[in-house]
Amino acid sequence: MSNEMTGAEMVIEALADQGVEHVFGYPGGAVLPIYDALFHQQKITHILVRHEQGAVHAAEGYARSTGKPGCVLVTSGPGATNAVTGLTDALMDSIPLVCLTGQVPTHLIGNDAFQECDTVGITRPCTKYNYLVKSVAELPRVLHEAFHIARSGRPGPVVVDIPKDIQFAKGAYSRPREFQHKGYRPKLKGDLDRIKAAIELMRYAKRPLFYTGGGVINSGRPASQLLREFVKLTGFPITSTLMGLGAYAASDAQWLGMLGMHGTYEANLAMHDCDLMICIGARFDDRITGRLDAFSPESKKIHVDVDPSSVNKNVKVDIPIIGDCAHVLEDMIRLWRSGSVQHDRKALDAWRQQIEKWRARKSLAYKNSNQIIKPQYAIERLYAATKDRDTYITTEVGQHQMWAAQFYRFEEPNRWMTSGGLGTMGYGLPAAVGVQVAHPNSLVIDIAGEASVLMTMQEMSTAAQYDLPIKIFVINNQYMGMVRQWQELLHGGRYAHSYTEALPDFVKLAEAYHAVGIRCERPGDLDGAIAEMIKVQKPVIFDCVVDPAENCFPMIPSGRAHNEMLLGDAAVSVEEAITEEGKVMV
Amino acid sequence: MNTTATTHYPAAPASQQVETHTLSVLVDNEPGVLARVIGLFSGRGYNIDSLTVSETEHEKHLSRITIVTRGTPMVIEQIKNQLDRLVPVHRVVDMTVAGPHIERELAMVKVRGKGEHRMEALRLADAFRARVIDASTESFVFEITGASDKIETFVALMLPLGLVEVSRTGVVAIGRGPDGM
Repeated sequence: MSNEMTGAEMVIEALADQGVEHVFGYPGGAVLPIYDALFHQQKITHILVRHEQGAVHAAEGYARSTGKPGCVLVTSGPGATNAVTGLTDALMDSIPLVCLTGQVPTHLIGNDAFQECDTVGITRPCTKYNYLVKSVAELPRVLHEAFHIARSGRPGPVVVDIPKDIQFAKGAYSRPREFQHKGYRPKLKGDLDRIKAAIELMRYAKRPLFYTGGGVINSGRPASQLLREFVKLTGFPITSTLMGLGAYAASDAQWLGMLGMHGTYEANLAMHDCDLMICIGARFDDRITGRLDAFSPESKKIHVDVDPSSVNKNVKVDIPIIGDCAHVLEDMIRLWRSGSVQHDRKALDAWRQQIEKWRARKSLAYKNSNQIIKPQYAIERLYAATKDRDTYITTEVGQHQMWAAQFYRFEEPNRWMTSGGLGTMGYGLPAAVGVQVAHPNSLVIDIAGEASVLMTMQEMSTAAQYDLPIKIFVINNQYMGMVRQWQELLHGGRYAHSYTEALPDFVKLAEAYHAVGIRCERPGDLDGAIAEMIKVQKPVIFDCVVDPAENCFPMIPSGRAHNEMLLGDAAVSVEEAITEEGKVMV
Repeated sequence: MNTTATTHYPAAPASQQVETHTLSVLVDNEPGVLARVIGLFSGRGYNIDSLTVSETEHEKHLSRITIVTRGTPMVIEQIKNQLDRLVPVHRVVDMTVAGPHIERELAMVKVRGKGEHRMEALRLADAFRARVIDASTESFVFEITGASDKIETFVALMLPLGLVEVSRTGVVAIGRGPDGM
């Protein structure tokens, strides 16, 4: 059998060899040869989106829910520039993606040709790596390498820009093979001496705490399993970032809930007061640390991360361990088991009791109403109705996202898809499309805000085309809620342009997209309406009309420390709580 | 390869002679200016053979960039025009067409060896007017300046004598005669 084929055919072969089953894309002049090659084969299913940003978010949802790289195919120029938001989102949240972009023929590059843009120049800062393929001979190697780079080490998006003449040109295809990249070699095994030192610290810690993040989920299922095993073995309490939810079961007694700006009282105070912080696959983001000079002042810090540049970036740590979470956790468990010194149970018990006192403060409590739906209540009821099902949750960005993180309790990894680092409004709907493509028989719900979801609403058309029964659960408060909350706290309640007038009728909008629209305005109707939403085997837009004035608490105001957080019932003096210094932060 | 029937892009022009040109570019020394110049080359598919940059007029915060590039006359013309269009660029002069000029490069060449090899390296260095700027009992570092081909020749001669590594500045250029650029 000859392996001579066109560049476009090589793309299909390479995707199939890399295990790609679905590609999210949108055709255009500079990728037509690849689309023609798609037309002639059965191995790869193409999902036609309505906007390239949607393609990238869908691929992100696909990747995050399966652990496999997502794949995107777009055209040159506007196709590539429309993908930039999604690529940046994937870079910030370390989502493995390969995005193939068409390019004008090589002889026209730099010529301001029709639909030309400097794709590698534009995407350089928003990809883990990118390529411009200048010869068909290098195309197979580049494609395989792109997948290797996207999924290994700290995962991320990789762009391969393929000029149209390269897609037509004929060359020899080669299959992927094990190879050692000359420069790129992520370190997976952690330094054993450092791991030993970390275990020593853990044995003598009196107030230890696990602080875990998205890295545990990116590492794959074994990492979550090992984390659970290690946390159980040590008996230490555990909290996690927004990106890490689901790596540890939220129903477990050692779980403290999410930490950070809208994290629980017990998680944040435990972070502040602990004497040993064991950070696994998290990166000390500013949403987590609050005021840096008051961040966990008395603790020794252990930081496990596959990316050396994440270590000592914001917070100086005592024991950095560069390696993949699963590998390091495996070593940690082995060493912990083999040690002869028993951990000081007495101190740990006192620490747990302290944490229980904080927990008893019930920081997520809110004042419910039987007149108007409270957003927290809506998510609690959604959780109650779906927790025993095979459910995946995506979100947009804003208050609803924080409430979802607080009130939806995740038991398993890869069930929670949200835009954490970049905070991309409009992420959730296309991400739900991607998740549903990967899991056609599961219940996929986008917990959305009415402002965010309008940014990528066009992807409802994609859901309709492919019979993807995604559920868009819109927490509709008519405001950009988080913007409004900040304006209330920081700008004297002057709600400049955070109220959306003339919102669409979401029920009619759903119907226009061949979907089902459900509106719910009374707390008493909520359970029935949610049950109806779940039952419908079509895409649904659920317009959940909620209290427009509700704020998201607890909250660590900008420029404040973990032990200066605001709780909902004490929020009267919110404006004074934010310092002048804090106002300039975001 | 016949692609005209299946693409809406114009066909590639008939190939022209590729030339090498040396460009001197005067720019504001501000953050990101080098990235803009380099981005222009990578984004538009131009080649860079050599690039040097340093601040040359401190009070005015001006840097002088010397670029050696290859392309057809049309591409070279485009490169000049594109460079000239960048906001922080003051002047672009194509030294290759502007008139007589001098091009020089500096290289540091490390050679390791003993006995006759060591003596031969030293003799050749003398012939090329390369200076010894570091020495140990088994190595030399030579400093050599000159046109690029002179440095190439010297490095090639050092290869069998125990060449370890070379560090080169890349080409700098200046016009002959009394006038500045």
